Amino acid sequence: MSEAVNAAERESMEFDVVIVGAGPAGLSAAIRLMQQAQDAERELSVCVVEKGSEVGAHILSGAVIEPRALAELFPDWKERGAPLTTAVTEDQIYLLGDATSARRIPNALVPKTMHNQGNYVASLGNLCRWLAEQAEALGVEVFPGFAASEVLYHADGELKGSVKGIATGDMGIGHDGLPKDSYMPGMELHAKVTLFTEGCRGHLGKQLIEKFALDKDADPQHYGLGIKELWDIDPAKHQPGLVLHGSGWPLVGKGQEGTSGGFFLYHADNNQVVVGLIVDLNYSNPWLSPFDEFQRMKHHPLFAQYLEGGKRVSYGARAITKGGFNSLPKMTMPGALLLGCDAGTLNFSKIKGTHTAMKSGIVAAESVFAALDEHDSAGQDITAFTDAFKASWLYDELYRSRNFGPALHKFGTLMGGAFNFVDQNLCGGKIPVTLHDTRADYAQLTPAAQNQKIDYPKPDGKLSFDKLSSVFLSNANHEEDQPSHLQLKDASIPIGTNLPAWAEPAQRFCPAGVYEVVEEASGPRFQINAQNCVHCKTCDIKDPSQNITWVTPEGGGGPTYPNM
Amino acid sequence: MKIMVTVKRVLDYNVKVRVKADRSDVDLANVKMALNPFCEIAVEEAVRLREAGVATEVIVVSIGPKAVQEQIRTALALGADRGIHIETQSSPESLSVAKLLAKVVADEQPGLVILGKQAIDSDNNQTGQMLAALTGLSQGTFASEVKIEGDEALVTREVDGGLQTLGLKLPAIVTTDLRLNEPRYASLPNIMKAKKKPLEVKTPADLGVELRAHTELLSVEPPAERKGGIKVGSVAELVEKLKNEAKVI
Ligand SMILES: Cc1cc2nc3c(=O)[nH]c(=O)nc-3n(C[C@H](O)[C@H](O)[C@H](O)COP(=O)(O)OP(=O)(O)OC[C@H]3O[C@@H](n4cnc5c(N)ncnc54)[C@H](O)[C@@H]3O)c2cc1C
Ligand SMILES: Cc1cc2nc3c(=O)[nH]c(=O)nc-3n(C[C@H](O)[C@H](O)[C@H](O)COP(=O)(O)OP(=O)(O)OC[C@H]3O[C@@H](n4cnc5c(N)ncnc54)[C@H](O)[C@@H]3O)c2cc1C
Ligand code: SF4
Repeated sequence: MSEAVNAAERESMEFDVVIVGAGPAGLSAAIRLMQQAQDAERELSVCVVEKGSEVGAHILSGAVIEPRALAELFPDWKERGAPLTTAVTEDQIYLLGDATSARRIPNALVPKTMHNQGNYVASLGNLCRWLAEQAEALGVEVFPGFAASEVLYHADGELKGSVKGIATGDMGIGHDGLPKDSYMPGMELHAKVTLFTEGCRGHLGKQLIEKFALDKDADPQHYGLGIKELWDIDPAKHQPGLVLHGSGWPLVGKGQEGTSGGFFLYHADNNQVVVGLIVDLNYSNPWLSPFDEFQRMKHHPLFAQYLEGGKRVSYGARAITKGGFNSLPKMTMPGALLLGCDAGTLNFSKIKGTHTAMKSGIVAAESVFAALDEHDSAGQDITAFTDAFKASWLYDELYRSRNFGPALHKFGTLMGGAFNFVDQNLCGGKIPVTLHDTRADYAQLTPAAQNQKIDYPKPDGKLSFDKLSSVFLSNANHEEDQPSHLQLKDASIPIGTNLPAWAEPAQRFCPAGVYEVVEEASGPRFQINAQNCVHCKTCDIKDPSQNITWVTPEGGGGPTYPNM
Repeated sequence: MKIMVTVKRVLDYNVKVRVKADRSDVDLANVKMALNPFCEIAVEEAVRLREAGVATEVIVVSIGPKAVQEQIRTALALGADRGIHIETQSSPESLSVAKLLAKVVADEQPGLVILGKQAIDSDNNQTGQMLAALTGLSQGTFASEVKIEGDEALVTREVDGGLQTLGLKLPAIVTTDLRLNEPRYASLPNIMKAKKKPLEVKTPADLGVELRAHTELLSVEPPAERKGGIKVGSVAELVEKLKNEAKVI
């Protein structure tokens, strides 16, 4: 389907503000916009498009959530029934030495940012479902099942080059690129201001960063891959509000010299726990498999004590944007803003991005509303946002944590941890140096031949599982007859370059088994099982040849996470 | 001619069904719900008949708690004209649904009622048939093709031996099978328009129906977990294992 044919057929709709992505950032922005419009008795049309089949279907987080931004949005969030009900009761932090040993770090030695009093163990997906209800009640149009597949720019006149809105993807295109019976062309959604809140490694955000060189004064962005499971456990072992964090094994030892990351296990309500591992994507050993690290991790007694006898309910994975302050791009451009994890507002020293994403949405909504109040016109570069952002607690929080990630990358978990303790607890994040981490994650892989192969144990089917049975629990589904949404710039690279150099690491870094190298009589063949994709974005980030581009599949496709 | 279509809110077919830990029911907390696929086919068929000029109005009816309005809106976005929500605490069983629908049929006097052949949650396959019995209308179940000719509906059904075509005197009741049509996608403008289409809320009392439970759900069991397979070396070994270990021969 050529672009020209598309554009001719597409209908358009006009809004004041279009928001891409119904995560905490986008929904908070939508809510704050409408609240101001109601206070000012001004008509405002706001629409949110979400690629998941429903709000929350693609949301995967921890999550221990800090309610600060939520309370700014709805001071009466408790009375309104926001799904934050399990208060954190106890923080425990561990350093795992090996497959059986664990050392608990006394709370007095833990960086302050890792303490969780006043926070809640919750499902971010459910919080988003709730936020979407609030937004709709305020008059926001929320459209799940529609992916924004393309940024639209004003083509001429005064506004030339500024963002005009987005187009949703065509529906009903077959794998051959031809329309099927059910074909429905995408829609153009035009707006005075478009907010991009696609979360980590947004597909359109990535294009905007490049087009407007938003990151020219920033360090390269850094990422982690979070893999998570939800478990029903024996009620006798369940302690609602108990929160475990830590690092060390299995990401240490031979072959793991360039690997770092951390784990979490949270006791939620309903006799459920969530357990997860975040592997930093700057790891160097191409034999590493984050999925298998996570599976073997659960056999450590620290996790097994809770999981044994329990039942796994759900599985999923999502990348996180963790570069923080130093990697933060410019967030405004003519006609648009980039917010939340799409920009990179996560506070890595707390491993929390929800309250910061929400705050970025709130601050943006206030700047956008003021700008539209002043000039009700399209195409503005709302730079007032930058000042409002700098004056907010969000900026202060990110600034204070700016060294946390780089310190861990530079000095390793132990010494970096010590730096962070001094920096965060004794100096309030104000040590007058800024550490930089200037190499992109994908460029960190070293050749397979120079690295130790990692022998992962076979899953036992009780605590650990294989990839396929895991993906099954993510309820991932894509209409089968559609073009692949995982595009290769050059189809010969996986076998021609990546296989000899890095033993094609996509087979291992993809947590959903999408990429396979199949041995055939005629030689190895690269296979993409796009239906399994859980939209974590790791392949777009970590492919050492930067040859894989994740694009939006037909709206509604992807995982269907309940309670994640 | 008016067409009445029924729609049921069910667990989305992409979601893996999970039984509550206490086995009291299927766990529906925060799980994605959707329009029953067979009902979606029913809506599509009705809308096509209206677009073809055969029908003048498509009315969608759903029975259940307030949340079912979401599915009524979906049907309206797919092209139905107005909705009727009969509000009940939970999703009533088939006979109660059929009794309520019979009252709506009496009020609305549709020329055709299209239902899904089954709802993918309870899999009862009986509401349409019960409705036909209660209203005395003729029925064509498992329709894979529907044609209206004069005051007759020609309904093609997939039966074991092949295809069977019934001629039904209108008004009639049709239940849809999978191959009747491929439903369209709802477009954004239509989703927005659907929010403004009329949706009437009624109670069973308004319709003069008293709901009674005829069955009681005792417990729900998940299917037995599949045990991993093994490889056998020879036919003899296979026979031996089937006889002595699996004890199936
Ligand atoms: C394993 C893990 C654990 C975490 N733990 C915590 C924690 O304990 N506490 C905490 O505060 N934070 C935690 N985070 C981080 C937190 O989840 C994120 O910071 C937060 O979700 C970012 O919010 P967002 O709104 O920017 O993006 P997201 O939450 O990613 O939401 C983006 C939304 O946009 C949609 N979307 C994307 N692209 C498109 C498109 N083109 N068209 C339409 N829709 C689109 C997506 O489907 C999604 O619904 C964790 C993250 C992970 C992965
Ligand atoms: C021998 C055998 C073979 C089978 N083979 C197959 C097979 O090959 N493929 C297959 O898919 N199935 C198969 N089945 C399943 C069988 O078709 C189902 O048992 C049956 O169709 C279930 O329907 P139901 O009870 O869910 O429908 P009902 O509950 O009777 O619902 C039918 C319709 O009534 C309407 N309705 C019901 N409740 C409401 C409500 N609250 N509000 C509004 N409208 C409502 C809806 O339109 C719904 O679609 C088989 C069954 C048997 C016994
Ligand atoms: S294909 Fe890419 S985005 Fe999809 S699950 Fe695999 S790594 Fe994640």
